[in-house]
Amino acid sequence: MKSGEFPLSRLWWWTLTPSNEMDKKTHQRLVSIAMKWYEQIREGAIPSISMPTRTKQNIAFDDESEVWKYGDKESVRSAATAKSALHLLKMSYVIWFLKAQLIEKRSSTLRELYYISEGWKRAKFSAQDESNFLIEDLEILTDLQREAFHLRPEEDGATIFGPLRIREMTRRGDRAIHCQDDVGEAGYQIPSNVENIELLEHDADFVIAIETGGMYARLIENGFDQDHRAILVHLKGQPARSTRRMLHRINEEFGLPVLVFTDGDPWSYRIYASVAYGAIKSAHMSELLATPRAQFIGVQPTDIRDYNLPSDTLTEKDVAALQSELSDPRFASDYWKSQIDLQLKLNLKSEQQAFAARGLDFVTQEYLPRRLTEMGIL
Amino acid sequence: MHYPRCAVTTLAEDLARQQRSISVAEFFEKNKHLLGFDSPTRGIITTIKEAVDNALDACEEATVLPDVFVLIKKMESDVFRIVVEDNGPGIVPEQVPFVFGKLLYGSRFHQIRQSRGQQGIGISAAVLYAQLTTGIPTIVISRTGPDQKAYRFLLQINIKTNEPEVLEKEEIAWDRTHGTRVQIEFKSTMAAKKRLLEYLKYTSVVNPHARIRVELDDETYLFERVSDEAIACPQAIKPHPHGIEIGQLMRMLAASEESCGDFLVENFTRVGKKTADEMCRKAEISPGSPASSLTPVQQKRLLQAMQEVKVPAPPTLACLSPIGEDLIAKGLEKEFQMDFVKARTRASSVYSGHPFLVEAAIGYGGKLPPDGNAQILRFANRVPLLYQQGACAITGCIAGVSWKAYNVSQSTLPTGPLLILIHVASTNVPFTSESKDAVAAIPEIEREITLVLQELGRELKTYLSRRDKNRLQEDRARAVCAIIPELAAKVAEIVDLPVPDIAPIEGKIMRKVVVKRYTREGKVILEGRNYTSHPAEFSVYDISPDNGQGASMEPAIVTELDGEFTKMWKLTLPPGDVWTAEYTGTGGGTLEVRGIPPEQVVVVDIDSQ
Repeated sequence: MKSGEFPLSRLWWWTLTPSNEMDKKTHQRLVSIAMKWYEQIREGAIPSISMPTRTKQNIAFDDESEVWKYGDKESVRSAATAKSALHLLKMSYVIWFLKAQLIEKRSSTLRELYYISEGWKRAKFSAQDESNFLIEDLEILTDLQREAFHLRPEEDGATIFGPLRIREMTRRGDRAIHCQDDVGEAGYQIPSNVENIELLEHDADFVIAIETGGMYARLIENGFDQDHRAILVHLKGQPARSTRRMLHRINEEFGLPVLVFTDGDPWSYRIYASVAYGAIKSAHMSELLATPRAQFIGVQPTDIRDYNLPSDTLTEKDVAALQSELSDPRFASDYWKSQIDLQLKLNLKSEQQAFAARGLDFVTQEYLPRRLTEMGIL
Repeated sequence: MHYPRCAVTTLAEDLARQQRSISVAEFFEKNKHLLGFDSPTRGIITTIKEAVDNALDACEEATVLPDVFVLIKKMESDVFRIVVEDNGPGIVPEQVPFVFGKLLYGSRFHQIRQSRGQQGIGISAAVLYAQLTTGIPTIVISRTGPDQKAYRFLLQINIKTNEPEVLEKEEIAWDRTHGTRVQIEFKSTMAAKKRLLEYLKYTSVVNPHARIRVELDDETYLFERVSDEAIACPQAIKPHPHGIEIGQLMRMLAASEESCGDFLVENFTRVGKKTADEMCRKAEISPGSPASSLTPVQQKRLLQAMQEVKVPAPPTLACLSPIGEDLIAKGLEKEFQMDFVKARTRASSVYSGHPFLVEAAIGYGGKLPPDGNAQILRFANRVPLLYQQGACAITGCIAGVSWKAYNVSQSTLPTGPLLILIHVASTNVPFTSESKDAVAAIPEIEREITLVLQELGRELKTYLSRRDKNRLQEDRARAVCAIIPELAAKVAEIVDLPVPDIAPIEGKIMRKVVVKRYTREGKVILEGRNYTSHPAEFSVYDISPDNGQGASMEPAIVTELDGEFTKMWKLTLPPGDVWTAEYTGTGGGTLEVRGIPPEQVVVVDIDSQ
């Protein structure tokens, strides 16, 4: 778009600035990126940005915060090459769009952003991955979460059920919600922007984050939340950012222990690791998203053996995943080493719902109480 | 089965009556295809080919720069007159009838050196062909020097005796001081006109010292020379013991008056007394016995011994005349427009006692057809080979090279905008047949061809990858050039400040001359900036439906073609300077910059990006 093409709309923006404090901060940080380029151009310098290199090689475990963060490696993107120039151009379009969105008090999903870019000619995204990645770049550059840009992820929020009262700032005003009394069978749906929630009070001793919907429903149906004063969170597989942020906040603000209950296979252990230590894609937000004190309940390889759970043999990929976990610093503890070694020896894996082989109540009546006692929670 | 005795005798006698020797001329009349006269279409090419070959050979022998004139004129519906005239040394009058009117008569048949014609059947075969199709005698004019008279002959061949028949011989005045002119008329068609011109073009490529003028009915073509150096005539050498055959040896022995030892030393190259003695010992012949007295069995033993004894390879340089890398490249550049040409002349080598060498060139890009098989130009002793490409060892070698390794696609033959020239020069080019269309598959020659192709392939690969890299760089530069202004505009919009000037950045990135065109609010704006450290002189060609009237800087030239206006500005931009021109219009079309090497300029048509 050429300058001067939309004089009216520009005038309109000029008169409007975001009202909300958070939006003001976001606005200011986004515009400052553009301002830096503007200055560079005016000084005859080739516009560029520098940011941490976002590759596996540049992810390091931060001992102090016990989460995964980007290392010191920085890469500079300079408009001297066509590829980087295009990247900067796309980024400038996104900033321009987000600025407008903040002023207009509107929001959009990542998917919508991708489609909006259709009209940006040269600057349009070729795939959604590209726009998602660019938004993550902006998060790093502004040190803000994408929710601050009024961008929502596509995925449904996970649900939460248990003795917890929160207040959510919705479009139709503030709502105080009790996550047992005020919600339906499935629980309270965590919104994409967890920052809009205020945690009011709880009547719980711990939080259990559950991988599968089946097990989550089983615990609700069996009244586990009431019997054991537990907050139940459905992870829905690899947990969304909002889910991880929610767990982090409950852990942080209420000091409640967070326990992760998944299937007994290498992929599920990684779900636990991302709750506890963070993921590569969001390493720049690990401090906000990870819950380093989260503990793993099971299913443990020892459980497969001790309870003689129905199981499948490990595939080649499972074995390779387990082996790579043996060298993964996130699993570098005696506990994980002995569990993984045992699993490789057993050559078996089990799902969490395999406990049903011993009756529908076994998991709530026997397994979890025994495990929680072992772990010193009960 | 029983026949009466007398009947058998009669049959044998009958047969005996029918058996008689046939003359060479008669033989060739029945085997025209062996000489390249198998069809009327081909006959015309073969005739011109033979006459031009002779003309070039003659000039070479006299060390003059060849000026060859070729005329082809349609006389009646299917009768064509062919005239080939050269400025060679001419032919003495006594010899003219034999040169043109006797098959297998020639000066080069017994010589061992590189020459175009060899057997002396070419041009007389054409005379014979004319005689057979139209009955019109051949006219030959020849003059051997300024103080000699020119003679005009009317010639025919006596088919039975293979002897020339002179129908007329007269002294005439001729404007050439020396040279030969032959005029032949025979039945043919011009169906192969394209091929004929191709032949002349290819001939001109490998004979860069020759000027060939062609009149084809009313059209004229000129293949100009690019080299003013007459090529040195290759010298004849004695035969090499490894390259001799029994018939030739017997003939030589019979004519010799020397002892066997002296015979070997005197008549063969690279044979000294020691080698001759060794050969005689091996053949169990006394070196002192007279060479002419050897029995057929001894002759065979001697031949065997000559092959077996180790003899150094024959001298190759004097008897071969390579075109040379420079002249091949020049010759190709003159006739083909290509982006890349590279030629190689291999060191000379020997097969079965015959010296030979291989030269080759590869051309790429330019106006060569972008698809299909590579164009293959085959030459033997500077003569283009036009037929039987598939049967030729040269083609086989080209197909045998793995072209993909050199970034050239291949389906049997390499494909793409590619031209491959191969010249095999030898004292005895091994052809697959007498029509001399295809080189026979001799391992030593094939090896040299393959090696030279591989050498050139590597050169081509280097060129192609450098070209791709340059192209990539240019694409990049152009992209950057187009993106930066947009980025500047967008950033200015975000921060709500005026759009900054991007010229300094562009210059930093490009260090070239940047010419841009874009439309804004009904105006077409052209902009040139010199970011180099030298003054730049160039022309901008803006071709679009806009007529460019009222341009802020008047174009030097405006021309119209089919509603498209070509507007041309001639510019000289000092380093750091900016030029702009603006006119009312809608843009479109194309933008070109000429007069400046492409690597020093970036042309950006912003609207079309």
